[in-house]
Amino acid sequence: MSKANREPLLHITKRKAMPWQQSWLIRLISIVAALIVCAVITTAATGLDPMSVYGTMLEGAFGTERKIWVLGKETAVLLCIAVAMAPAFRMKFWNLGGEGQVLIGTLISAACMIYLGDKIPSGLLILLMVVASVVVGAIWAGIPAFFKAKWNTNETLFTLMMNYVAIQLVAYYIIIWESPKGSGKVGIINQSTNAGWLPSLGSYQYLLNILIVALVTILMFVYLKYSKHGYEISVVGESQRTARYVGIKVDRVIIRTLLVSGGICGLCGFLMVAGTDHTITTTLAGGRGFLGVLVAWLAQFNPLAMVLVSLLLCVLSRGAGEISTIYGLNQSFGDILTGIILFFIIGSEFFINYKIHLRGGARKKGGSN
Amino acid sequence: MFDIVSFIPRAIMQGIPLLFGCTGETISEKSGSLNLGIPGVMYVGGICGVIGAFLYEQSAGGNVNGFLAVLIPLLACLIGSLLMGLLFSLLTITLRVNQNVVGLAMTTFGVGVGNFFGGSLIKLTGSDVPSIALSATSKYFSKGLPFGGSGAFSKMFLSYGFLAYVAVIIAFVTAYILKRTRVGLQLRAVGENPATADAAGINITKYKYLATCIGCMVAGLGGLYYVMDYASGVWSNDAFGDRGWLAIALVIFTLWRPNIAVFASFLFGGLYILYLFIPTGGDMAVKELYKMLPYLVTIIVLIFTGMRNKRENQPPESLGLPYFREDR
Repeated sequence: MSKANREPLLHITKRKAMPWQQSWLIRLISIVAALIVCAVITTAATGLDPMSVYGTMLEGAFGTERKIWVLGKETAVLLCIAVAMAPAFRMKFWNLGGEGQVLIGTLISAACMIYLGDKIPSGLLILLMVVASVVVGAIWAGIPAFFKAKWNTNETLFTLMMNYVAIQLVAYYIIIWESPKGSGKVGIINQSTNAGWLPSLGSYQYLLNILIVALVTILMFVYLKYSKHGYEISVVGESQRTARYVGIKVDRVIIRTLLVSGGICGLCGFLMVAGTDHTITTTLAGGRGFLGVLVAWLAQFNPLAMVLVSLLLCVLSRGAGEISTIYGLNQSFGDILTGIILFFIIGSEFFINYKIHLRGGARKKGGSN
Repeated sequence: MFDIVSFIPRAIMQGIPLLFGCTGETISEKSGSLNLGIPGVMYVGGICGVIGAFLYEQSAGGNVNGFLAVLIPLLACLIGSLLMGLLFSLLTITLRVNQNVVGLAMTTFGVGVGNFFGGSLIKLTGSDVPSIALSATSKYFSKGLPFGGSGAFSKMFLSYGFLAYVAVIIAFVTAYILKRTRVGLQLRAVGENPATADAAGINITKYKYLATCIGCMVAGLGGLYYVMDYASGVWSNDAFGDRGWLAIALVIFTLWRPNIAVFASFLFGGLYILYLFIPTGGDMAVKELYKMLPYLVTIIVLIFTGMRNKRENQPPESLGLPYFREDR
């Protein structure tokens, strides 16, 4: 097998820190490359020329004022989940339970709307829904965190399984609450009274949601960057031993951070039920719990980058949705394009972290894949 | 009351896709690759088989050759899942990107590919059939063993399509290779401590690539079995559901031992469909709660293995970590 002591063709070394302009350039190149691949695939599937494909996609994402608002709403949801994931990740805790934490938040919000809708004033109801959804979301994330902290249980799978427990719980209540009976759906909750619905600011229905998410994003940035808690999270993420040595109570940090993470997911669930959808289904989170993980990771906890990545993914999926509708293709087309873009951005991390040397000392700069 | 003769075959049929997925993931995890893309891979394996079978049925018209009807979907499935495996390997082994991230992206991608082609195949090929129902080819997949009779015994053990037996054989062979052969020992060394294995002259990259790709191909067969045998050749979107994640959970449940997985997967299959057999008096809502069982059981097992902390029950030491020779 071994080829007697020849220098290999390629030689890889780790880079020291790269200036941020250069790393962003690499990411940008990878996105452009991904968009080209996406265009080729779309053309192959629909038989259109790539330029008009992107024209249609942009049309689908930004075409009308309403579409722009929908885009804003979708981006806000994805961003909110990504923001929720950020502290857990910084601690190197793989919270794959975003889906379940969001759903359980939607469940409790819907429960409040259904059972208390006509009993207490709407303002109080909304307040109660916020508190309930945050608490329940926090508990849902806190359970795996507790076992991780105490017995080092594998958190990736634990949080993953909690998703399905949440989904089945929601499915259970959907059957109990279904209206009209036998439809298998809950329908719009409190349609006549609007009890528990978030008010729309002026005529902009989604604006309040977007503003709340923006506020949460800023608060999270401050929390991670400037608070003592944020610092402890970073230390635990870098090395648990170091954290113990300097006297940080690691198990407490783990549990506390996941309570924050789950709480924001729960809040996101509340925003969906009270702010936009006004109903509940088992697919309300729709895979965004996982996508949020990817956004948080790709953006490396940089809040601005999180906004941009969420926006990119939402534009893509809305655009792909438009293409699917027009050409009678399946809606999952967006998932394929999202996947391709993700592969490229993920792959580009290699060229940011490592350097490739060709044989014979000639140095080659890492481009994008 | 509880109809065991019809329960066991259904539990086993539910368990077979999980067994494929679990065996595949175990092979991959033993080399240190935590492949969370398995759900996506299984979708891709399933849809590639469907595409193969669909194109074959379209071109063959009425006279379907039994040998080709099995071979073409099988090859298509293996190639599709191999490509997914190569993608994962390229990104995580060569480019050393985080495995969880790549896995999640692969799941998004794979489920998207499955649903997209499942929903658009008819439109894309311009054929005039109303839905994808591959009854002609699926007949060959679901044919039971030739010497099976109609008694309770043969109904419970001999009535499955050939892929079910393949799943069990693969699982036992994998268990044997991992435990008793040199290849298995070296593979485990790669998963436990790649630096040591590297120093001992084992080609890390080769082992990791092979294990991940073979793992993906085995897992892809689970998707194929599901569509062609269990669902009798009818593809419906999202029907495969979350079985891929359950397969990953099963790996932990079985403590990385494919021979245990054979029985554990049937147990999970049973839990998965238990709600159909428990009399609830038409109360649909409670059935939804019973569907939680496999996940709750996994959680309990996770907690217990974490608490007992026995050395031989732990995951491969370097699971999830990229290997870079020049790292210290």
